[in-house]
Amino acid sequence: MATAITNDPMLPQPYSVREVAKETPDTFTLSLKPENAVNKTSFQPGQFSMLWVFGIGELPISISGDPALHDRLVYTVRSVGQATHSLVNLRVGDGVGVRGPFGAGWPAEAARGRDIIVVAGGIGLAPLRPLIYQVLQNRKNYGRLVILYGGRSPRDLLYRKELATWARNRETQVLVTVDYGGLGWRGHVGVVTTLFKYTRLQPARSVAMVCGPEIMMRFVVGELETQGISQDDIYVSMERNMKCAVGFCGHCQYGPYFICKDGPVFQCERVRKLLEKYEI
Amino acid sequence: METLKGIITEHPFFAGLDDSFADLMVSCASNVRFKAGTYILKEGDAANTFYLIREGKVAVEVFAPQHKPIIVSTLGVGEILGWSWLMPPFQWKFHAHAVDDIRAIALDGKCLRTKCEENHDLGYEILKRFARIMEQRLEATRLQLLDVYGVRR
Repeated sequence: MATAITNDPMLPQPYSVREVAKETPDTFTLSLKPENAVNKTSFQPGQFSMLWVFGIGELPISISGDPALHDRLVYTVRSVGQATHSLVNLRVGDGVGVRGPFGAGWPAEAARGRDIIVVAGGIGLAPLRPLIYQVLQNRKNYGRLVILYGGRSPRDLLYRKELATWARNRETQVLVTVDYGGLGWRGHVGVVTTLFKYTRLQPARSVAMVCGPEIMMRFVVGELETQGISQDDIYVSMERNMKCAVGFCGHCQYGPYFICKDGPVFQCERVRKLLEKYEI
Repeated sequence: METLKGIITEHPFFAGLDDSFADLMVSCASNVRFKAGTYILKEGDAANTFYLIREGKVAVEVFAPQHKPIIVSTLGVGEILGWSWLMPPFQWKFHAHAVDDIRAIALDGKCLRTKCEENHDLGYEILKRFARIMEQRLEATRLQLLDVYGVRR
């Protein structure tokens, strides 16, 4: 009986907040631990959970933690509405309901032996961080790792210390740019697509994984194609209003797909035409 | 030993440039360096040069009254700085300062303008290359203006 309840994808499991870290003025990273000892956490990079804030509601959040750590689930949340505001204001020990993980993640296993090009914009770095951890922990299984990250301003950048740490790994290039640089900023200023000219990609051996606002992803996909990377080797993470997270309710329908079940990560070839349709 | 012609033709901006055009470019070119923090060009000054950046990063800035300088973009290795030398009134529209120590090739705009008037094939080649850069930067600026990372309400 207990097993059946645990496997019910509609039933939130009890978790509690173990840590809250401020990333930017409006973005926080929450680390949750399972209250039920049998709930060892396991997920694929790129998957998401449904987080239930008691008395407020449920919302889909990408997992941003290390997939090798099975005693916690980590989420990076930007406070933009009532539910996310309540989530980031939780304190250590507060309870949260967790459903999932759900959806299709980044093709980390299929990309073994290839160069990995990570392109992230804003909070889009969060769903890509588990992939970066996995590549760095299994460095010899992958070729070059190139991380291109664009943010609004220096104070809006996520994981700044980690970005610097990642850049020190062998065969790893990390380039960061902001749309609006302040006086103290000595890095790049400009949109994320302007960073491609500082990389020397080998298109035939590269797999690109992209996450950020849809407009940004559309331009990045165009730039990746210009660089010679085929649509089969480009993956994007899509976002829509998800409710059930298991393909029942249809809230997250995206053309012929349900983002929650068929995505959120899609091979670009499958959604390239949809990216250009403003009605969807 | 690196020759000026070799440096120019290996710079991405002049990739595939016809050899005879490269010779014409060399006659207008010189090696330059700028220390980090110094201004390479200033808004309103005469624009008679452009630069092929070989090392370091340049910040393109605009001043607004009672504000600190606003960096609108940065340019790095393999990029070019400056196109106001191409069009009247030949004045810089922005400031540009060296974020790092800069090594660059300076191309004399007056010299090039004269050569382009004399040799329209060269002029067309130069304009095509600058038009491509302008198109890329216009597209990037439009995307930047969208403020895609801002909160939609």
